[in-house]
Amino acid sequence: MELATFVQTLANSLVLGSIYALVAIGLSLAFGVMRMANFAHGEFYMVGAYVVYALYALAGWPFYAAVAVAVPVVAVLGMLTERLIFRPTKSNTLAGFMATAGLAFILQVLAGQIWGVGLAKQVPMPIVGATEIFGALISTQRLTIIPIAFATLAALWVFLYRTKWGRGMRACSIDPDAAALQGIDIRKMSLLTMGLSGASAGLAGALMSPIYSVTPYMGHGVVLIAFIVVIIGGMASVEGAVAAAFIIGFVHTFGTTIWDGITATMLGVAFMAVILVIRPQGLFGQNPV
Amino acid sequence: MNTSKTLQFALLSLAVIGGMILLPQGLGLYSVELLNIFLVNVILVCSYRMTVTTGDWGLAHIVMMGVGGYSAALLAKDAGFSIYLTIPAAGLIAAFVAYVMSLPLSRTVGFGYFIASFAIAELVRLSWLKFDTLFGGVRGLINIPIGKVFGYSLFDPVIYYYLSLAVAVICLMLMFQIDRSRIGIVWRSLSTDADLARSGGINVSYYRKLAFMCGSAFAGVAGALLVHRLGSVDPKGFDLTTMIYLVIWVVVGGTGSFWGPIAGLIVMTFFFEWTREFLAWRPLFFGGILILFLIFLPNGLDGLLRKLFDKVTSRGGAKQ
Repeated sequence: MELATFVQTLANSLVLGSIYALVAIGLSLAFGVMRMANFAHGEFYMVGAYVVYALYALAGWPFYAAVAVAVPVVAVLGMLTERLIFRPTKSNTLAGFMATAGLAFILQVLAGQIWGVGLAKQVPMPIVGATEIFGALISTQRLTIIPIAFATLAALWVFLYRTKWGRGMRACSIDPDAAALQGIDIRKMSLLTMGLSGASAGLAGALMSPIYSVTPYMGHGVVLIAFIVVIIGGMASVEGAVAAAFIIGFVHTFGTTIWDGITATMLGVAFMAVILVIRPQGLFGQNPV
Repeated sequence: MNTSKTLQFALLSLAVIGGMILLPQGLGLYSVELLNIFLVNVILVCSYRMTVTTGDWGLAHIVMMGVGGYSAALLAKDAGFSIYLTIPAAGLIAAFVAYVMSLPLSRTVGFGYFIASFAIAELVRLSWLKFDTLFGGVRGLINIPIGKVFGYSLFDPVIYYYLSLAVAVICLMLMFQIDRSRIGIVWRSLSTDADLARSGGINVSYYRKLAFMCGSAFAGVAGALLVHRLGSVDPKGFDLTTMIYLVIWVVVGGTGSFWGPIAGLIVMTFFFEWTREFLAWRPLFFGGILILFLIFLPNGLDGLLRKLFDKVTSRGGAKQ
């Protein structure tokens, strides 16, 4: 592989890793804190992309204003999911998970009926042009994703480890009953968790909308990757999810460049299977999944 | 079961089978084709219930059906096997693939099992796309020979219906016996309390693998029946959407009894036909039904009927 191709692939895998990290962190957070396993997480990502399509490509808003609206919209969707699906099925994690599979169907149909199923929607690139690094030309739009994702992940880290609310959330993930005895409102915490989880998925979808085409079914592939990432990183481990997201980002991008997309996905799943056999608790996990 | 109950049950089964034998006489060809698919789905839902009695709700089952389908297609096309051989061989191959898949899968429980089974099944499904010289890639395999039974061509849907009915009755009898045997009881104990079962000397990992393999074997048989009828097989038919429909059938029916999933399948098949006009909205209805059942009727129609039955009998002044 030539240097220019290598640098280009490396940059693309950083971009992809950042997006995977944003998506997977929401899934891992919701599962870690309140055992809420969201199958519709990929559809949250899809809704984020559609909000940008509607506001930026159709209504002509500035790109980042559309992104700024997509994040709270999907956060509210996450909170509604907590209130209407996860709270009533609290006693059974799998019931909540399967019910959100139904939600995924509903969101796909709604997106298809509102904006049409036919051709994939193209969102024009807000920043046209490319940046040259070591002879490789990389789309500037793609590069902007890396700092945004890192800033979001850093903010999330500060929130979880340096604020009272974040500490409350982590307390719930370790022992909900003990946390409740300390006066932490578990319901409020799970509502907040699903809000954050939705917000990060919505942000990822919004940022990716100019790069990938927007369709009602775009969440399918993303949710598979997010699951793989969460298992490799260790269920409920936020650090693990970020590390695994970049590993899978590298595997996918290099796999796609050297072979093809299908082989890349198969490599990612095979890697997950190997991790499960040799280290069932995942790279950073404490307990077996 | 005491003798009079056994007799009742045997008479009821005979009546149902007799009814099923007479059924195609009064129906058009389209309805017979629907019945053929229905019989395949009956084997599918019962075998899925078999794996979930252990508490392992997985998302691999539809792909195991695909493994059976592809095996039967390749054996019939390239090796020239007759349909008598391809159907059991498809079951055995699916069970073997299930064994290999269970090596990493048995390391996970609960939610981890659910998503790992989805990912590993996707690996199998993608391999059909990837190795296109063998499996035909996106277009899949076509011109799968249908063959004959007792000199009658299976191309006739009514003849095929009788073959499917015979296979379905045999599969259901086997699954019913397994469900009532010691193995079935051990499987159910795993979903109630796996730790207690382990401390009682039960090899939990072995029994979970066994359940997945047995369920997959019957799913493989269903897959073979399906591809021989359709004459073709492609990876799209075994995707996640199809798997979620299978989950919906089983959740609506309830897994508490052997017959629950079949009831769910019947109700949802009628619902599927009635919503033909609203094709684009259909997944929304099904998704909504899934959510409502999981929240309000987590034990499905089976649980609902049982509750109603208990209420009626206790009000009627029965001895309980």
